[in-house]
Amino acid sequence: MQVIATFVSGLLFGLGLCVSGLIDPAKVQSFLDVAGDWDPSLAITMASAVIVTGVGYRMAFARGKPLFAGTFQIPPVGKIDRRLVAGAAIFGIGWGLVGFCPGPAVAALSVSAEPAFWFVLAMLAGMAAGRWLVSQSAVAAQKPAVSANS
Amino acid sequence: MSTFTPYSAAVGGALIGLAAVLLMVATGRIAGVSGFVSRLLPPYEDRQTVVRLAFVTGLILAPVLYSVGIGHSVNIAVSSSLSVLLVAGFLVGLGAVLGGGCTSGHGVCGTARLSSRSLIATPVFVGAGMITVFVVRHVLGGQ
Repeated sequence: MQVIATFVSGLLFGLGLCVSGLIDPAKVQSFLDVAGDWDPSLAITMASAVIVTGVGYRMAFARGKPLFAGTFQIPPVGKIDRRLVAGAAIFGIGWGLVGFCPGPAVAALSVSAEPAFWFVLAMLAGMAAGRWLVSQSAVAAQKPAVSANS
Repeated sequence: MSTFTPYSAAVGGALIGLAAVLLMVATGRIAGVSGFVSRLLPPYEDRQTVVRLAFVTGLILAPVLYSVGIGHSVNIAVSSSLSVLLVAGFLVGLGAVLGGGCTSGHGVCGTARLSSRSLIATPVFVGAGMITVFVVRHVLGGQ
């Protein structure tokens, strides 16, 4: 059941990307282009997604446990450190350069195959490099790696 | 350049929210795409690979279903050259892992549960994206 529910979630997520236009790098760049011909649509998408998620999460947590798993796996309250800020900034630069973030890039593999393929390939390399860096710093700090969740 | 589409933007956002809620209600997980995708790579820390593949498969199939539903292909315009695609993809992957999340994990799920890390990360990456587009389009003169 976990696998089926997760598949349906991925499907709904991808449909949301298509309906909102978040899957289209041109629209994403228009959202980020505040000094140009700004298209604020995706701010509405983010707000709508956050509100639905916020309300739904409250209801989910009120139940006490998930339907098909033992516990909720919420990322622990982590600290705000240089890695978080640097990572988010690096991510934002890449996002702005092309207009793809991980969800839309993966979803676009089925419809905009070639650019999405090269982007996702490089993204996987970046993820591997990131995981290696995180594991190195964890070894150096002699404590378990803070997992890159979410 | 693209047109302002408030209704489809709101409906699409609600679908993304429903997807995140379904995942939490059913499996107790955060809908973080970069987390799912990065853990499809070795080393494997748990036995959740099939679950992650299920999410990614749904994500990839969605645009196909959507284009059948609306009767034409999904609008996707990529203006970047191959070298820019590769550099940007690498930065997005690296930054998502170092920052512990991306637009979905921090921007939607983390923000919705008021995680302090996400409330910092989200404006940082949106701001960095805006600065990048500003520099590329208005300082360097565009692609």
